[in-house]
Amino acid sequence: MKDVREALMVGRNSEGKLVRRPLSPHLQVYKPQISSATSIFHRITGVALSAGTILLVAWLVAAASGDAAFSVVQAIFASWIGQLVLFGFTLALFYHFCNGIRHLSWDAGKGFELPDMHRSGRLVIGAAILLTVAFWAVAYIVG
Amino acid sequence: MSKDTSPSVHIMRSPLGRARGLGAAKSGAAHWWAERVTSVALLPLSLYFVVSVLILKGADHAAMAAYLGEPWNAVLFLLLIGTMFSHISMGLQVVIEDYVREEGKRLALLLVVKGGVWFLALAAAVSVLKLAFS
Repeated sequence: MKDVREALMVGRNSEGKLVRRPLSPHLQVYKPQISSATSIFHRITGVALSAGTILLVAWLVAAASGDAAFSVVQAIFASWIGQLVLFGFTLALFYHFCNGIRHLSWDAGKGFELPDMHRSGRLVIGAAILLTVAFWAVAYIVG
Repeated sequence: MSKDTSPSVHIMRSPLGRARGLGAAKSGAAHWWAERVTSVALLPLSLYFVVSVLILKGADHAAMAAYLGEPWNAVLFLLLIGTMFSHISMGLQVVIEDYVREEGKRLALLLVVKGGVWFLALAAAVSVLKLAFS
């Protein structure tokens, strides 16, 4: 035991032996729900976007370094693997953006009723996909 | 839902908690509040960023330099960099504090991540400034 908080999780079984009591919640016994899924995806996309800012920094630093460096970075972004990574980045960005608005409305005390919460969850997923598709449609058709 | 006319208390904290104000974190709601403020600022800024990326898709160096040479674009990029990296710094801090239990490991990771975020933010800002003034 390294942490004093663990002392709260020690109990005795029917034979009087000291045992480590199980930690709640047991994630594996829960049915995945839209409420828990949208919540954990907000974190996952947040961390992914944080890592993704390395791409933004590489883009800006290359632009500041000069023509040669910038052409290399632009070519990497234009390659199929670059486009795949950027597709993932935009999907994560639009999801975090839409679900962030959902979180802000909760912070304002609105939308806590279960049906509202399920509806806004589906809306966020739909909007994120729609915005991502719209972004890439504009990028490929108009651009 | 029918309109509730009965008197109610909307404050969930005890009077003593409110008087002392700072809670277990010793900084009150400052961190939580700053996270919301940056998130609200990032709503318009990230839309601006997305549009900028579409404009600059496949751009050559001259086009990129001309875009960030415009003062408004440079200012909006600097605002984006500032709010985005402080939002990231606060968000990653919460994630680390939630999942890394051991004190030493947690502190080390927080320092590395915070330092890395400052490094990236400055690299981005200096690059934008260089293009803005060249």
